[in-house]
Amino acid sequence: MKLLTHNMLTSKCLKGVTVGYPLGIVAKDIKLCVVDFNSEFIARIIPKLDWATLWKAADSIGHVGELPQTLIQDFETNEEFLKKVHHVLLEVDVINGDLLCPESGRKFPINDGIPNMLLNEDEV
Amino acid sequence: MSNQWRRYLFWFAHEHVDFRLAELDSILNLFNIKLKTIYKPKSDPYWIVELPSECAVQKIASRSISLRFCMELWGNSKDVDILHKNLRSKAEEIIKPYFSNDKSFKIIVETFCKHFTQNEKIQKIETFSYLPFQGTVKLKNPDTTLLYIEYYGLDPNAIPEKPYELFFGRWIADGQRDLIQKLSLKTRKFIGNTSMDPQLSLLMANQAQVKRGDIVLDPFVGTGSLLVAASHFGGYTFGTDIDFLMLHGRTRPSRITQKTRGEDESVASNMEQYGKGSYYLDVVVSDFSRPMWRSDMRVDSIITDPPYGIREATERVGTLKTHPVIEEHQAATHIPSKIVYGLPQIFQDLLNFSAKHLKVDGRLVCWFPLYRDHYSEGQLPNHPCLFLIGNSEQVLSKYTSRRLLTYKKIRDPLDGDAITSSNIVDFREKYFALGDETRKERRLKRAEERARNKEDWERSNRESTER
Repeated sequence: MKLLTHNMLTSKCLKGVTVGYPLGIVAKDIKLCVVDFNSEFIARIIPKLDWATLWKAADSIGHVGELPQTLIQDFETNEEFLKKVHHVLLEVDVINGDLLCPESGRKFPINDGIPNMLLNEDEV
Repeated sequence: MSNQWRRYLFWFAHEHVDFRLAELDSILNLFNIKLKTIYKPKSDPYWIVELPSECAVQKIASRSISLRFCMELWGNSKDVDILHKNLRSKAEEIIKPYFSNDKSFKIIVETFCKHFTQNEKIQKIETFSYLPFQGTVKLKNPDTTLLYIEYYGLDPNAIPEKPYELFFGRWIADGQRDLIQKLSLKTRKFIGNTSMDPQLSLLMANQAQVKRGDIVLDPFVGTGSLLVAASHFGGYTFGTDIDFLMLHGRTRPSRITQKTRGEDESVASNMEQYGKGSYYLDVVVSDFSRPMWRSDMRVDSIITDPPYGIREATERVGTLKTHPVIEEHQAATHIPSKIVYGLPQIFQDLLNFSAKHLKVDGRLVCWFPLYRDHYSEGQLPNHPCLFLIGNSEQVLSKYTSRRLLTYKKIRDPLDGDAITSSNIVDFREKYFALGDETRKERRLKRAEERARNKEDWERSNRESTER
């Protein structure tokens, strides 16, 4: 699971959970992969992100690097910065671990890089 | 500069004819190209059009799957003499620049619905000897490729003596039909029983106008065949599916020659196979009937082939028990029970989801199965925020077909916009209702036949013992 996906995921599927965001990450296994850098794409995606969530998530799994805690201005033209965001968003892959619902504490396991958001029938 | 407009011939593959117009419309709209139609027959595999520049032709050819090739049309006629006469008169003005002595060339003869030997084709080429050729013939990568096409209609059982139409011109570009081979399911690492064939997947990506840097979602991703096509045009793709075993590549293999799934079979490895690993974001095991994304998540397009309940089950998590209880120690390894997630419900959810999560002007492209004799546009799924712009039919059997629907999101939904009921017919229910009847009939017929055979056999036995 990439941190971009984490930035969009919630646990709203659970009965009684209304926000379910952001999910906590317990990472047992992280793989760093190489993804081609596309500055346009990263610049386009940044406004769609919840920056604080991204920073906290990256920090909690120890891969925040030099990412600033608040989003800088004029990031579109700052290639250095876009590269750092690119790395955190797309190249840090959580292979095994858990996602935690912030409200109920329900664990959603991540196996082989694929989060399992399925509920049991008593939770829907 | 109206004199820049030139006449071009688009030659299409004679396959998925109903998809041709919708695909070209999407591509023209994507590149914002204006096209003047000169002749656009309903079923014949060619169009004659006028376009402002050769660059526009190149752009169209760079995307189109239904297009075989396009050429600058120098002449067309029903009569071979008139064709030559017209070409002779034009030879000086248009054609000459391509025939100077430093330019190599070749002529290709293409005949549709009639076969000619190589010698016959060469004879046809010789009839163009009056053209002011000065350069040399070169069969591999010449500077100019000329095309002579004879069109003998579409009916192979009634091939006319003389062609219906003749065309001559300069080849400009081929369409993207090579991709059909390149992305073939036969050589793909990870496939399932309902993987979409590459031609239709690519058509879907074109309908969705996927372009470089777009974010594309498939909520019923399966083996990711639609994501493969979308990533080919530069879309960043992610998907969800309820089938845990499928996403982990642990279902029974679909290939008859394969006993077990390979270690590394996954959607991600499919993307790697075609060099598009960088365009793979993630897949998530999840139940589409439950919300799971941030409310303000927006994607550029949604491309999907939902299960119809025939070859892939329509399921969501749930139970028919009123108070299901799962002991705590079982919870971690428990496999959730599933209940039917009917097609009307799936489409209702899909349209509401798309109205919410697509960007404005973003597109939803999906298949919709139905019974052909009952078809009317009124029974297609509809939503106040989604405007139906494409509807092409692929016939599946005598009774059934599926339609590729393309919707464009025209505005964000307001409070009362979510659709809560629909007039959609449950395809699965009908399919098996009809199937049951014929199966029963077949069973009765077989039983009758067996009884008759038995009688015959007993009679012949009696006769032989009596003798």
